[in-house]
Amino acid sequence: MRTRSAALVTMAAVAGAALAWGGFAPIHTASRNEVFVIPQGTWARRMSGDKVEILPDHIRLTLGLRDILVLRNRDEVPQIFGPTLMMPGQSFSLPFAQASEYQFQCTAHASGQMTIVVEPYPASPWARIRWRARELLSELHQPAGTS
Amino acid sequence: MSASRFAVATLSLMTAVAAGAAAAPAFKAGLFDPPRQAPDFSLQGTDGHELRMSHYRGKVVLLAFGYSSCTAVCPVTLATLAAARRELGPAAADVQVLYVTVDPERDVPARLRAFLHNFDASFVGGTGTAQQLAGVRKDYGISAQKLVTRDGYAYSHSSFTYLIDRGGRIRALMPYGHSPGDYVNDLRILLQE
Repeated sequence: MRTRSAALVTMAAVAGAALAWGGFAPIHTASRNEVFVIPQGTWARRMSGDKVEILPDHIRLTLGLRDILVLRNRDEVPQIFGPTLMMPGQSFSLPFAQASEYQFQCTAHASGQMTIVVEPYPASPWARIRWRARELLSELHQPAGTS
Repeated sequence: MSASRFAVATLSLMTAVAAGAAAAPAFKAGLFDPPRQAPDFSLQGTDGHELRMSHYRGKVVLLAFGYSSCTAVCPVTLATLAAARRELGPAAADVQVLYVTVDPERDVPARLRAFLHNFDASFVGGTGTAQQLAGVRKDYGISAQKLVTRDGYAYSHSSFTYLIDRGGRIRALMPYGHSPGDYVNDLRILLQE
């Protein structure tokens, strides 16, 4: 009985410490870039009937942490990528300075639109916990072709 | 050189480098790397001359696409560009706004000129045949979709503005909705190059 109580107390302490760290420790990101890459051979794959999705319909960015959308065309042909035409080997870096929802026309999507949600910097402890939790989930479900 | 002089010189150099790094200008628009040469085109200009992109080498060009019957996007964009030019003052003489129509049916030169002059008399518009304009849009990655409305038709079109440097290279793309101040920031960077 005492062993079980001690285990519960330990688990609660660990959870509390994790929450305290998640809420109060400053957030550091290695880069403010959210990068999407059109890999080499994408056009050829599309021509052969392969449905290649690279840019999601919705992209979520956070001011001060990850607020620069970077698109890279590594394919051999020009591509309409997000809002713009990109030549082979070209990159496009779009910084965001205001939290808002941005709609871009994007012919790469079936809907013809791409939405970028830019959220404010997570200033409160709860916002920091949510941001970290989302980052963790995003890392776990990272699709191939993005980095 | 004495040790103290060397230390002072080194410190000064480091301070200058740090100040330079801190003052490195940052664009508000999205940047292309590497920038590509803006494709040339030949259209009918609203100033009575042939409109060619290559004629504007030496100037910084703001290139936008739209149509004079646009009620949502184009008036905002053109008013923003006009405000940016006013804010630039005399330096605006080296900035040229070009506006290429996506609606050749209605945007004959006189109508397009009158529309543009509501914002700034220096703006130059371009029109041409549907085929010519489609070619220009393809070269610049511009979308324009005709939509039937109760009153006739309208266009859903790309709403961003290209920033083209003095050498005729497409350097940046400013999405719709940015302030005149953001344009002024980027134009000053390009004008100083």
